[in-house]
Amino acid sequence: MVMSMEMPQGYSQQQLALDQMFKDINPALSARQAGIESSRCYYCYDAPCVTACPSKINIPSFIASIHADDLTGAAKTIYSENIMGGSCARVCPTEILCEQACVRNKEQEKAPVKIGLLQRHATDNAQFVGHPFKRAAATGKTIAVVGAGPAGLSCAHRLALLGNEVEIFEAADKPGGLNEYGIAKYKLTDNFAQKEVEFILGIGGITLHTNKALGKDVSLQQLKDQFDAVFLAIGLQDVPCLKLVNESHPHILNAVDYIKELRQATDISELDVPKDSAVVIGAGNTAIDMACQLKRLGTEEVTLVYRRGTEHMSATVHEQQIAKDHEVRIKTWARPEQINLDDDGSLRSLTFRKTYSDNGQLKDSEESFEINCSAVFKAVGQKFAYPQAEQIIPTISNGKIATFGQQVTSIDGVYAGGDCTSEGQDLTVEAVQQGKLAALAIHHQLSQEA
Amino acid sequence: MADLSIEFAGIKSPNPFWLASAPPTDKAYNVERAFEAGWGGVVWKTLGEDPAAVNVSSRYSAIYDNNGEVSGFNNIELITDRSLEVNLKEIEAVKKAWPDRALVVSLMVPCEEESWKKIVKLVEQTGADGLELNFGCPHGMPERGMGAAVGQVPEYVEMVTRWCKTYSKLPVIVKLTPNITDIRFSARAAKRGGADAVSAINTINSITGIDLDQMSARPMVDGKSTHGGYCGPAVKPIALNMVAEIARDPETAGLPISGIGGIGNWRDAAEFISLGSGSVQVCTAAMIYGFRIVTEMQQGLSNWMDSKGYKKISDFQGLAVPNTTDWKYLNMNYKVVADIDNDKCIGCGRCYIACEDTSHQAIDRKVREDGSVAFEVIEDKCVGCNLCQITCPVDSCIKMEQKDADKPYMNWTQDPRNPYKDAS
Ligand SMILES: Cc1cc2nc3c(=O)[nH]c(=O)nc-3n(C[C@H](O)[C@H](O)[C@H](O)COP(=O)(O)OP(=O)(O)OC[C@H]3O[C@@H](n4cnc5c(N)ncnc54)[C@H](O)[C@@H]3O)c2cc1C
Ligand SMILES: Cc1cc2nc3c(=O)[nH]c(=O)nc-3n(C[C@H](O)[C@H](O)[C@H](O)COP(=O)(O)O)c2cc1C
Ligand code: SF4
Ligand code: SF4
Ligand code: SF4
Repeated sequence: MVMSMEMPQGYSQQQLALDQMFKDINPALSARQAGIESSRCYYCYDAPCVTACPSKINIPSFIASIHADDLTGAAKTIYSENIMGGSCARVCPTEILCEQACVRNKEQEKAPVKIGLLQRHATDNAQFVGHPFKRAAATGKTIAVVGAGPAGLSCAHRLALLGNEVEIFEAADKPGGLNEYGIAKYKLTDNFAQKEVEFILGIGGITLHTNKALGKDVSLQQLKDQFDAVFLAIGLQDVPCLKLVNESHPHILNAVDYIKELRQATDISELDVPKDSAVVIGAGNTAIDMACQLKRLGTEEVTLVYRRGTEHMSATVHEQQIAKDHEVRIKTWARPEQINLDDDGSLRSLTFRKTYSDNGQLKDSEESFEINCSAVFKAVGQKFAYPQAEQIIPTISNGKIATFGQQVTSIDGVYAGGDCTSEGQDLTVEAVQQGKLAALAIHHQLSQEA
Repeated sequence: MADLSIEFAGIKSPNPFWLASAPPTDKAYNVERAFEAGWGGVVWKTLGEDPAAVNVSSRYSAIYDNNGEVSGFNNIELITDRSLEVNLKEIEAVKKAWPDRALVVSLMVPCEEESWKKIVKLVEQTGADGLELNFGCPHGMPERGMGAAVGQVPEYVEMVTRWCKTYSKLPVIVKLTPNITDIRFSARAAKRGGADAVSAINTINSITGIDLDQMSARPMVDGKSTHGGYCGPAVKPIALNMVAEIARDPETAGLPISGIGGIGNWRDAAEFISLGSGSVQVCTAAMIYGFRIVTEMQQGLSNWMDSKGYKKISDFQGLAVPNTTDWKYLNMNYKVVADIDNDKCIGCGRCYIACEDTSHQAIDRKVREDGSVAFEVIEDKCVGCNLCQITCPVDSCIKMEQKDADKPYMNWTQDPRNPYKDAS
């Protein structure tokens, strides 16, 4: 990706200092390391790593290109399936995706090829003259994409590539979705998310409208009327609550909100950082991200509490290790029961009830304990909430937009993808794939109509 | 512990590891360090007539394996660029200080009787153990009618060898060039000329690669290059074959051979010796890693010999020669078929695609119920070519199993399918 080395506007010294604090958790390979690592790939036939990659990148091919010193070719192979190959290389839980499937796990070396880092090496160092892809002849079709997260951007890019015109409606004031607002700061450093968006939009034919929310500034009915098709990629907007007294206390926070603030902060003094002790509730990657970022910000004691055992945590073993490396204390088999405030109303502690599993059923035990803390971060998952003001709403199932193959929703001409659908895992690479598949389905449908 | 000492063409050496004639043996300083490190002998970097040769800059280039290690080495260096006088003085001093080590002196002078007569006499006075005639240098010298220009013409090889044998009492080793079509012709010529031994191989004409930015081969001398001499691990197969050809040629059988080309460890050395070599010479490996590698070479060879019950080098020297034969004597009734060990198989599919695209479509790809893939050899179609075994990255996952073991030996000269059977 050709990215300018200049600092984007509004990038201050303080932000640089903050970036320093959040240095890349998984540093890039050197050219030499990449050369040696790429030679470890067996160039498998019908490679299992490809099957395991949600976006179906031709992994042996791009690694072979790296090995043959063609980083530009390698990057093009990656981008042709996954235009966000750069951020996916940084954020994908490769340990449960491509790298888990690598045949070299089974072989005596018992170490997978470092696919994610190689992918990053290619996308970081490729040298394209202009955008790597040329748009097809204009189709005369215009498609509305709602949400400029990974799903929306991927869909828009593919549609534009196929010769369509795209307009993106994004509620926030920056595009990128959770890449911009949610992913831990040490995974996407150096303003990567915005540089990647610029690169994606570089294909042309995409108009981005920020601060334009569905349900507020536009309605689905309007979009249906004005465009040939609509793609919904609005992600997850809501967080479940713990249903405890005092939960609205200002120091009981949603992890995602705090991460968003952290990601946007240009100066560390803007952030309210708990000094002595903080508690994170949850067991997913967001909880881990939150806990580790607090540690980096300087919180003395960070305890992550989860109501079941480590083996039930949705955070991968690799993520759990990151937490351990950051000296995060992990307490399992306990659920928050009571929020304790001091007389002056400041947060003092949290009381937890110990739990146990009775044939898979979570039960409370007699014992409880207390953890002193000056802030609590809830990371118990994100929820889908369709914009309330909307008149027409696609069928919702399992709390998310239902899709019926090829990203089609219950409404004619309206497609959906990414976290807002119940398909796949909530991962960046899944969102990118669903966006791509939706674009292909939309394009196919529209060309048949024409 | 096995006895590594040898006597090669009358030259005694505490072990078979010699440094080949090249920069490592160009002066007393290096050679003494080599002897300190344990090398059994050296072939002093080729001497010529004064004025001494002049070298260019740069001189070396290489090709690398996947780990960035040198696998092929190339040079456009000439013979010694130090004066004859200095070299002879140093040779004399070194031999005096290291009487138990083999010190052979490599020579190359114009193809005139007087020149050779003069230089062999000078060398003899140093007390050196033997002469090696450099008929191999592929660059710089042939243009002056020396090196490979001589080595490529058997008559010249014979003639110069004879001169040297006439004017010197020292054992004469003829170093052969691989830049010919059939090494046997030059080896036979050397023998006819009275050579006490041959050494093989010298470097192979080569271009290691092209710098695509500067559009020139390496090594580059002010933007231009020339073909150089190839050596190092990459040339070992060629060298082994040439050694074997000489060893099994009835005309040269029994002629001592000093094996050279890509030797980097004890195993390489053992392979050369098993094909008949009586000593081995090393250049590139020492240039890349330094003289200390001889420690592991001696140790490894000795340990392996102990494990096999070989007490001295001659116990296994040449044992592989009778098993190197002509194609027509191979057993037509011998058949192997690949067998895949599914417990070891990691499912990379390389054997499958190699056989499918480029061989005999003898591997079946079966998708199991759980979606994983199993590979199975279709015995009827397998010709036992080894391709799958070669492509398989897992140790001993594919084995070649013998079939029809009860069939008697039958070679091509006996085979009814041979249309020229009666003629052969
Ligand atoms: C804290 C956190 C950490 C994560 N870490 C990782 C990780 O390390 N690796 C990984 O693979 N995945 C991670 N994920 C998940 C990943 O970020 C998501 O799966 C991915 O971003 C989903 O993409 P999307 O486009 O569907 O949704 P989003 O990225 O959520 O994008 C949705 C976009 O739609 C916009 N929008 C919402 N409502 C409206 C509206 N009404 N009108 C217009 N626009 C609207 C939003 O502003 C947003 O820009 C993480 C998630 C979180 C919350
Ligand atoms: C830089 C260099 C210079 C050499 N110079 C000579 C030489 O002067 N005379 C000679 O007979 N061989 C010379 N050789 C050839 C080596 O003696 C040896 O035959 C060849 O390198 C193959 O052995 P190896 O694979 O162990 O390097 C030279 C080789 C190299 C690499
Ligand atoms: S996109 Fe993610 S899962 Fe796919 S190959 Fe790249 S790092 Fe692996
Ligand atoms: S499974 Fe591993 S070795 Fe095989 S192609 Fe993929 S990365 Fe390469
Ligand atoms: S090459 Fe070896 S490991 Fe790979 S599929 Fe074939 S038998 Fe299995």
